[in-house]
Amino acid sequence: MYAQLVKSEGTKAREEMTPEEIAFQERIDRGEKIEPKEWMPEGYRKTLVRQIGQHAHSEIVGQLPEGNWITRAPTLERKAILLAKVQDEAGHGLYLYSAAETLGVSRDELMKLLHAGKMKYSSIFNYPTLTWADMGAVGWLVDGAAIMNQVPLQRTSYGPYSRAMIRICKEESFHQRQGYAVMMKLAQGTPAQKRMAQDALNRFWYPSLMMFGPSDKDSVHSAQSMAWKIKINTNDELRQKFVDQTVPQAEYLGLTVPDPDLKWNEEKGGYDFSEPDWSEFFDVIAGNGPCNKDRLGARVKAWEDGAWFRDGLMAHAEKAAARRAQAAE
Amino acid sequence: MSKEWPLWEVFIRGQHGLNHRHVGSLHAPDAEMAIMNARDVYTRRNEGVSIWVVPSAQITASSPSDKGPLFEPSNAKVYRHPTFFDIPEEVGHM
Repeated sequence: MYAQLVKSEGTKAREEMTPEEIAFQERIDRGEKIEPKEWMPEGYRKTLVRQIGQHAHSEIVGQLPEGNWITRAPTLERKAILLAKVQDEAGHGLYLYSAAETLGVSRDELMKLLHAGKMKYSSIFNYPTLTWADMGAVGWLVDGAAIMNQVPLQRTSYGPYSRAMIRICKEESFHQRQGYAVMMKLAQGTPAQKRMAQDALNRFWYPSLMMFGPSDKDSVHSAQSMAWKIKINTNDELRQKFVDQTVPQAEYLGLTVPDPDLKWNEEKGGYDFSEPDWSEFFDVIAGNGPCNKDRLGARVKAWEDGAWFRDGLMAHAEKAAARRAQAAE
Repeated sequence: MSKEWPLWEVFIRGQHGLNHRHVGSLHAPDAEMAIMNARDVYTRRNEGVSIWVVPSAQITASSPSDKGPLFEPSNAKVYRHPTFFDIPEEVGHM
């Protein structure tokens, strides 16, 4: 998802745990929230910093594919909507960075790790947004997949993360619905517009399925994170839910999900569907997706170009504080 | 080396008549910018009518290990709750 392949510290059997660790696990099992200054295992803290940081980075990098269309939105209204949506993503990134900061890491440190390629962001944002229909597909599918993951995370064990997720989920529904509205308009438009919508679905379907991370059988970090309630559902559970929810929405649009093996399975009460190409997923995660260099390059450039401005405001604040101190003497 | 903008805690009054409530934190060079940033980060959908910002470094918090000594004494004082007292029904609502 927005935090795919988060490396978790190894699972410990109960008899290997210290009394502190046992008490901690029992608090989580009772559904208690863990708050910033409370004792927590180092592995819990590290895993959370990685996951929340990756999640925050995804929100920030996620502004880029949509930012690409702000100046080219087809109407002023669509432009205003897209601007509001991209601004929300910045807000979501900031909520999450401040949640991560309660764990003793600073936002600038996390940024530095991202810029050095030492922290990840979601693979989905390494795909290009080639047409206006991609704004529809991203809102509908990418934000749809994000909601699927973030709704259960509202119940996560770490208080500040849980509260950030609650705030984010309140705003996320707008993102998905505006995307679907873009798709509806195109799907009901001219044949060329409908083809554009179909093409966007074709390109974003499998990358969206990849957002949930590898299949459970290949997902080595799940068990400990689930015990700690940092992760609530398995990757495959969420992927299945996403497909079951999305297929009828595609049918309503009159678009075809690009999977010839997609079939309703009465017995399991869900769709059977094809797995995405996992070698492509690992390749994109490793930095070789179509837009990895552009995305990270844009972030580094924004950071470096903004340095004089950040420093200038800081210098002004220090001067003003000194003036106030002098006046008070 | 650039200096990181300090961290501020943000409190929002949701509606007239309610208390300000802690909603999160953010970075800003000074108090004025912290208010402006808080407006953009925490009130994009009419969440507030008033904002407070406080430098995070200025907050003094109780320690989690003091939870017992601080809060347990009040557990024993059940008579502070009105339900501790049985009032006969004939007396009527009290």
